[in-house]
Amino acid sequence: MSSMLLSTIPQVSSSLSESYCLTLLSVQTKSKKTLARPGVKNVVLVEGVRTPFLLSGTTGLLQRTGLPKDAVDYIIYGTVIQEVKTTSILRHNINQRTLGAGFSDKIPAHTVTMACISSNQAMTSGVGLIAAGQCDSIVAGGVEFMSDVPIRHSRKMRKTMLSLSRAKTLGQRLGLIGSIRMAHLSPELPAVAEFSTAETMGHSADRLAAAFGVSRVEQDEFAVRSHTLAKKAQDAGLLQDVISFKVPGRDIVSKDNGIRVSSMEQMGKLKAAFIKPHGTVTAANSSFLTDGASAVLIMSEEKALAMGYKPKAYLRDFVYVSQDPKDQLLLGPTYGTPKVLERAGLTMSDIDVFEFHEAFAGQIMANLKAMDSDWFGQTYLGKKSKVGTPPMEKFNLWGGSLSLGHPFGATGCRLVTTVAHRLQKEGGQYGLLAACAAGGQGHAMVIEAYPQ
Amino acid sequence: THTFYEVKGDVAVVRINDPNSKVNTLSIQMQKEMAEVMDEVWANDAVKSAVLISSKPGCFIAGADINMIQSCNSADEVTTLSQEGQKMFERIEKSPKPIVAAINGSCLGGGLEFAIACQYRIATKSKKTVLGTPEVMLGLLPGAGGTQRLPKMVGLPSAFDMMLTGRNIRADKAKKMGLVNQLVDPLGPGLKSPEERTIDYLEEVAIEYARGIVNKKIPIRKEKGRMEKIQDYVMSFEFVRNQIYKTVHSKVMKQSKGLYPAPLKIIECVKTGVEQGPVAGYLSESQNFGQLARTSESGALIGLYHGQVACKKNHYGVPQREVKTLAILGAGLMGAGVAQVTVDKGVHTVLKDTTVSGLARGEQQVYKGLNDKTKKRNITSFQRDSILSGLTGQLDYSGFEKVDMVIEAVFEDIHIKHAVLKEVEAVVSPHCIFASNTSALPIKDIAAASKRPDKVIGMHYFSPVDKMQLLEIITTDQTSKDTTASAVAVGLKQGKVIIVVGDGPGFYTTRCLAPMLAEAVRVLQEGVDPKKLDALTTSFGFPVGAATLADEVGIDVAAHVAEDLGKAFGSRFGGGNVEVLKTMVDLGFKGRKSGKGCYIYQPGLKTKEVNPDIGDVLEQFRMTPNPAVSSDSDVQYRLVSRFVNEAVLCLQEGILKNPLEGDIGAVFGLGFPPCLGGPFRFVDSFGADKLVEKMRRFEAVYGNQFTPCQLLLDHAKDSSKKFHK
Repeated sequence: MSSMLLSTIPQVSSSLSESYCLTLLSVQTKSKKTLARPGVKNVVLVEGVRTPFLLSGTTGLLQRTGLPKDAVDYIIYGTVIQEVKTTSILRHNINQRTLGAGFSDKIPAHTVTMACISSNQAMTSGVGLIAAGQCDSIVAGGVEFMSDVPIRHSRKMRKTMLSLSRAKTLGQRLGLIGSIRMAHLSPELPAVAEFSTAETMGHSADRLAAAFGVSRVEQDEFAVRSHTLAKKAQDAGLLQDVISFKVPGRDIVSKDNGIRVSSMEQMGKLKAAFIKPHGTVTAANSSFLTDGASAVLIMSEEKALAMGYKPKAYLRDFVYVSQDPKDQLLLGPTYGTPKVLERAGLTMSDIDVFEFHEAFAGQIMANLKAMDSDWFGQTYLGKKSKVGTPPMEKFNLWGGSLSLGHPFGATGCRLVTTVAHRLQKEGGQYGLLAACAAGGQGHAMVIEAYPQ
Repeated sequence: THTFYEVKGDVAVVRINDPNSKVNTLSIQMQKEMAEVMDEVWANDAVKSAVLISSKPGCFIAGADINMIQSCNSADEVTTLSQEGQKMFERIEKSPKPIVAAINGSCLGGGLEFAIACQYRIATKSKKTVLGTPEVMLGLLPGAGGTQRLPKMVGLPSAFDMMLTGRNIRADKAKKMGLVNQLVDPLGPGLKSPEERTIDYLEEVAIEYARGIVNKKIPIRKEKGRMEKIQDYVMSFEFVRNQIYKTVHSKVMKQSKGLYPAPLKIIECVKTGVEQGPVAGYLSESQNFGQLARTSESGALIGLYHGQVACKKNHYGVPQREVKTLAILGAGLMGAGVAQVTVDKGVHTVLKDTTVSGLARGEQQVYKGLNDKTKKRNITSFQRDSILSGLTGQLDYSGFEKVDMVIEAVFEDIHIKHAVLKEVEAVVSPHCIFASNTSALPIKDIAAASKRPDKVIGMHYFSPVDKMQLLEIITTDQTSKDTTASAVAVGLKQGKVIIVVGDGPGFYTTRCLAPMLAEAVRVLQEGVDPKKLDALTTSFGFPVGAATLADEVGIDVAAHVAEDLGKAFGSRFGGGNVEVLKTMVDLGFKGRKSGKGCYIYQPGLKTKEVNPDIGDVLEQFRMTPNPAVSSDSDVQYRLVSRFVNEAVLCLQEGILKNPLEGDIGAVFGLGFPPCLGGPFRFVDSFGADKLVEKMRRFEAVYGNQFTPCQLLLDHAKDSSKKFHK
């Protein structure tokens, strides 16, 4: 899957390279100040693509023509549910399978993991490598195969199996085998639960929504909004980062298949999914976990221009934040947004495009309420007053994780690409993305439109 | 006002908030207002249901007002109180409008009886939410319908367990038992603080449920599971129930030796209710409640309760500096124990020993202590690991300049203590406090080596530190008030009940214990078997027998203390021959820790046998008992009177500031019979004159070890003199 993503980048990009001469002339921004800083390399997003986020299982790869051999210096991939094999699989996917397509087997690659913001971490690691002058072009992305997560044996069983491999005599082996009980055989199913609190994310989201007094209706309304906007964007062909993908044994899939616009009445019928029976978070107002992959090509500005690419956006300041994983698990955007704005020297009103990761409708509403609360700003953010909320007419206008789906590791790249595309489409200058992640972590980034 | 209500839609929200206290109690005033409010709620046609909730974070209703019970002058008066409570809760139970109890924080005693009279209960899963019937610990019984409603609600076995142990039940367990119907998660910060928002949320959810009950959408009783049906069926046989009463009764007798009337009365009330119906049951409950409230046992236990509350306060003000880093010298049983109760409160703790093996053993002890908590699900493995990250083990004094307090738990030898004190003072910053965890060495002797004796104090912990509640703090004439305040603050943080006593050999606790142990050795020398000695002491009310106690303390420690204090106090501390203990030590019988003492200890075995070799030792030092003072009762009083006399002498000499701390120290540190309430309350209730009379009889045989001290004589002469009013 990954190789396909990578191989599409030059195709899209080369079509844009005709306007190369033009862009060189108009590097200066027209209206507001630019965030370019002396001594800091401009890092640009050249292209971003993703597979449709699929509710059904997908495997396999599509062979396409690849990047020029020397186009990429380094590959970083984000993934969450990981096993030892993952890195080699990725390398396998990224490099070996695409040798025929022109990929070099000399490109090193590694994976990173930071829960739901893994691909954000992949991208910002790439930005770091470019800014440090170590690389000029990076492919960053994220991939998640929710339908085939590794399921581990229980710790007792693992211990027995490991001891078994070290047992020397038949007697020792038989003794160990004899020690296996029923309890050994029950597998450890991976849950979307916090390591430190053993609470599932949905449960935490429900408590968070309750803490901020977010009603069930508010959540359902926001979920319907997300699906409606996603449908609109899909129908209008705005989701141009999606590339078709052939599911083996099935048809080619070319769009996200989780978008379902429902009525409020239908939404209201669902029972609480986590806190039963009086909770407010349901299956319909939560993001759904899907298979999916996404990728971006990021380069230093000089390199991109030298190679004839028309960059889509500058990747500017970014921050990572972390807070109490129990009661503030999903408040990353509230903490990250003011921090990244401060770094960039911008205010809320400077931002034209907001893209927040929609883990749960209740989580988004809770974040909005937290940002709108003087008490919260003073007590927990150390501010004089509230942060302020993003205006809804600039907020997640092409749908979000609630409607498009949320393959843990792949959502970050979708957010970046969407911000870039929306800036182009809507003619804005600054975009801000923010996301929450397990462990009480969060991320926010400012993106500046590349002059048209 | 204690109680008021507001109507939200068709639900009346009744809020409880005692304006004069941190906790809500069912005082007379509260009950009166509650009755008025409920009458209004019942009369208000707009109201279809009610929610009962407390506005106090961390407390629903903590129980009945103890002072209200104590201020009664007769059993009948208390019975009337009980009957009024019963009547009120009967009205609640029969309320035509469903009442939902929304419980956040402690819901104990009368509070729980109130809650179980309601039609539905919702509790928060907060750690502070606990339900229970602790009356038995005050020598009382649940006197407002608890003995009648609980068996119906949770079944006979669970009801007995709750009422006879008095233990706190957390919300999730309560749900499983059927004590509460629904749980609500505590919330984090939102637009208000977590505590406030959690109460609001609980109220919102409770209102929803109240409406649901009225609309018949929420069933009041949940469908019984198969196991419950089987249990009900089994319980329907009279002989099964009788078997339960019998088993519970014999268990209570075994554990309480019949010294505590309350548990037996609880069984009686439950039995009456189940077998003869509610009218007889409620009557039995109120009458027994009245009688129990007038018993000396209840008086003693309530006295201890008040004392415990008083000893959980810092009477020395706020220390200038908070202790953020605490260092402990010596990673032995004591040192590691202190480390455990410190580090788990979030204080950075340094554990220093001189050897790698000693340090490793100590760190393992802390790990095991916390891991056991993990196994019991008191803490998660993540919390365990995060707590342990606050513990630094080391062999040198590096980083001691950042330490705010040092507690030494090294070997009991004045020269070693001096060496350690000097080493510490060479490296720590000027504000650092030096505390010695010695059980007998006078603090001023230790402080003699100090450059800053105002920063030297004694902190005497009891083993095992994580189980024993008492901390005895010893101040010298030179110890500054701020040093004391700081030591008390640390002790309170460690969860201790604290007495602050004056300096002297053995301070208070060790000094009281030593004569009793000396007497115990004499009793053994006179040919009493260790098992018999244990039986005599436990049947007097000591939780641990004298022989077992010696093994637990350590025969070597006992020998050491006996010798030290013998030197300091002379023949008054005589009795048994110290050589008995010394010979035992020489033979390796150091008590439980060495596997052999008065008894033989085998790992994994719960029963213990008398050490057969001890017979030879005792034979060597055999004494002939005098039949005039060797009856079972005389032996008991020989042991107890020496303890008590020494305690009174400590008060007379000013080692103790007041009788209250003396009682708390004796009960929580040495296991003095709780039903007697401590040595001072014992003198009050037993009669100083009677005690003196017994002592004079023993004195005639054994001499000055039984000479009553002046203060005791004063009390004997004037029967109006009491230690406790």
